[in-house]
Amino acid sequence: MTEMHYLDANATQPLRPAARDAVLAAFGVTGNPSSVHRPGRLVRRIMEDAREAIAGAFGGQPGDLVFTSGGTEADCLAIHAMAGGRRIIMSAIEHDAVRSAAGGATVLPVGVDGAVDLRALDERLSDGVASLVCLMLANNETGVIQPVRQAAAICRHHGALLHVDAVQAAGRMPVRLDSLGAHSLAISSHKLGGPAGAGALLLAQDAPFAGPLIGGGGQERGRRGGTPAVALIAGFAAAVRASAADDLVTLARLRDAAERAAVACGAVVCGDPAYRLPNTTCIALPGAAAGVQVIALDLENIAVSAGAACSSGKVQTSHVLRAMGLGALAGEAIRVSLPWNAAAADIEAFATAYQRVAARLRTTRGPTLVLDAVRS
Amino acid sequence: MAMTEMPPRPNRPVYLDNQATTRCDPRVVEAMLPYFSEQYGNPASAEHSMGRTAEAAVENARAHVAALIGADVREVIFTSGATEANNIAIKGAARFAAGMGDKRRRIVTVATEHKCVLESAAALADEGFETVVLPVRRDGRLDPGALRDALTVPTLLVSVMAVNNETGVIENIAELAAIAKEAGALFHSDLAQAVGKIPLDLTGWNVDLGSISGHKVYGPKGVGALFVRRRPRVRLAPLFSGGGQERGLRSGTLPAALIVGLGEACRLAAAEMAAEADRVGKLRNGLLERLRRDIPDVRVNGSVTARVPGNLNLTFPRAKAADLMGAVPDLCVSTGSACSSAAVEPSYVLRALGLSDHEAARSLRIGIGRFTSPADIDFAAAALSAANAACEAALSER
Repeated sequence: MTEMHYLDANATQPLRPAARDAVLAAFGVTGNPSSVHRPGRLVRRIMEDAREAIAGAFGGQPGDLVFTSGGTEADCLAIHAMAGGRRIIMSAIEHDAVRSAAGGATVLPVGVDGAVDLRALDERLSDGVASLVCLMLANNETGVIQPVRQAAAICRHHGALLHVDAVQAAGRMPVRLDSLGAHSLAISSHKLGGPAGAGALLLAQDAPFAGPLIGGGGQERGRRGGTPAVALIAGFAAAVRASAADDLVTLARLRDAAERAAVACGAVVCGDPAYRLPNTTCIALPGAAAGVQVIALDLENIAVSAGAACSSGKVQTSHVLRAMGLGALAGEAIRVSLPWNAAAADIEAFATAYQRVAARLRTTRGPTLVLDAVRS
Repeated sequence: MAMTEMPPRPNRPVYLDNQATTRCDPRVVEAMLPYFSEQYGNPASAEHSMGRTAEAAVENARAHVAALIGADVREVIFTSGATEANNIAIKGAARFAAGMGDKRRRIVTVATEHKCVLESAAALADEGFETVVLPVRRDGRLDPGALRDALTVPTLLVSVMAVNNETGVIENIAELAAIAKEAGALFHSDLAQAVGKIPLDLTGWNVDLGSISGHKVYGPKGVGALFVRRRPRVRLAPLFSGGGQERGLRSGTLPAALIVGLGEACRLAAAEMAAEADRVGKLRNGLLERLRRDIPDVRVNGSVTARVPGNLNLTFPRAKAADLMGAVPDLCVSTGSACSSAAVEPSYVLRALGLSDHEAARSLRIGIGRFTSPADIDFAAAALSAANAACEAALSER
């Protein structure tokens, strides 16, 4: 097989070498971290060192970090543990994990740039009803960074709780629970270059916790049952440490180069000019269905996606792009997301492939229509 | 003629706690390696070839898991472990039925179940369900008659583990599932300690739901599976939702590497179970024989015949388990379930078998496994006998 150029980091990232070493080393150690004998204690220490490293990196206390099986479980656990009869308010662009856990939630609109409307948040909360607000730090499809710090100030002013899905932001921008001022933060290991199967919910010291989602055994101070996946947790911590050394400026330059190449072919960038993650761009090619673009690029050995990976199997337009009011473009946008190890060669290959694909697909709709689509 | 074989050197420390967790088999680690390196695609990324490669690996693993437990591939849902699988099965079945207007509220389980089963059932009590916890007999097994009696009240779900995590006692799942079926109740079984130890035929036994753990069967921690019968289809409410993976029953990115590891662990177990059971059983019997010779009053808790080959649960005549363990720091055994090891309470499982608190405090769980060598057993026998003698001498001096 010809070498694949992997530009689908927001679906999952390649495992970082330091994380792989940590995982494999931990697989060599037998023991259940809850056992009191020496192997048990050794494994427990690996886990507690990881807990300290991860909590510290994300601005929280080790005792307030709950290991989960991933970001989805962390989001669902946050809502399960903090909702407690509160009204739930969320942005229109949350991940399906939050959307499904927050059934019947009040939805906050986003602007055409993909950023949440803070005035709407303030208005909704001013009725004084006890609320839990869910706002992601960076969107998985557009990479648009949300004004979470301001949202936290508004929430705290009204006595509301704020849960932040930082799954896509972690490892790609500074993320600290304490400086954001939120009540909880969901993080996923594999989205930052650690192994899949691990994640964490980091709680602020004043966050309530009604009860576990997965009960039994009393692990994680009674907040999450089940034998912790120590090897994954060790890899998770190693990935967090390694991600601190990433050159995000270079990553953003590579992303910008990919974006420029697409725009030169007539593509429109979704979420521009908002602040975005340095690795993500969401580009719509007017007249070309997203699914067709992705398959055409796959044949050119470029791995990208049409929206979130979870829903890849299903044919439906992105709720994120629809919420931004992008109309027909919502079904014509692909997500290009650079992994931590993206190289200039990957971007050159993407640019060449995109030109070929765009030239072929664009012919289905005339230039006038293209402009209409952009304006609408 | 055969050369005299040198006894292999004991592993230090000697690990005889294979019911708490097992070593991840090096062959399993080897199978996972590509998915920890170049094969890093998200199995849900069906749009590109790397995603499809990961998806194929996941499906291959699913087939190995299904084959080991006597199920169809479409009946296996991957989870983060047996605890999560037990939570989904019990809470999911109850909540789905209640949501459909089912009036039955009774959930029947057993006093010796794993904490997560008992806690899941207890959590349902807060939602208006009635949890019935049945006692066990002295041999650790459920009296089928007691189950029949409990089922005279219309029951939604029965949950009985196949193999107990502390005593290794095996239940007759086929018989109990048939009783549940007769009463129209769903039957769930926590299989965490049974998978790879005893042959399982979930389809033939008419089991509706079954929970599996990776790290109890020489696979990795952080992965498990839930068997969900298809014919007739068992309907569940998911514990949490999101991307809709695993047919909506368990959302979240599938950890391809771990799933490949679980699949390989199940493949190895299927191929090696019979020989391993024989080898491990001989080691276990040898250890028991020597301990009985040195400590004639040592007692085995739970049925000796209906028991997985790797387990011993012993009550010592006078010495406290904690003192024995303290005297042999190089021997890793336990006083009960690992989850609650930190707690100093006596085992609720042993109390359910009729042991007093004092007897439970003098009891040790010994778990022999795939990587236990004869030398490990020699060491364990000698060390435990010596520790027991020392503890008894210290007690006599008082």
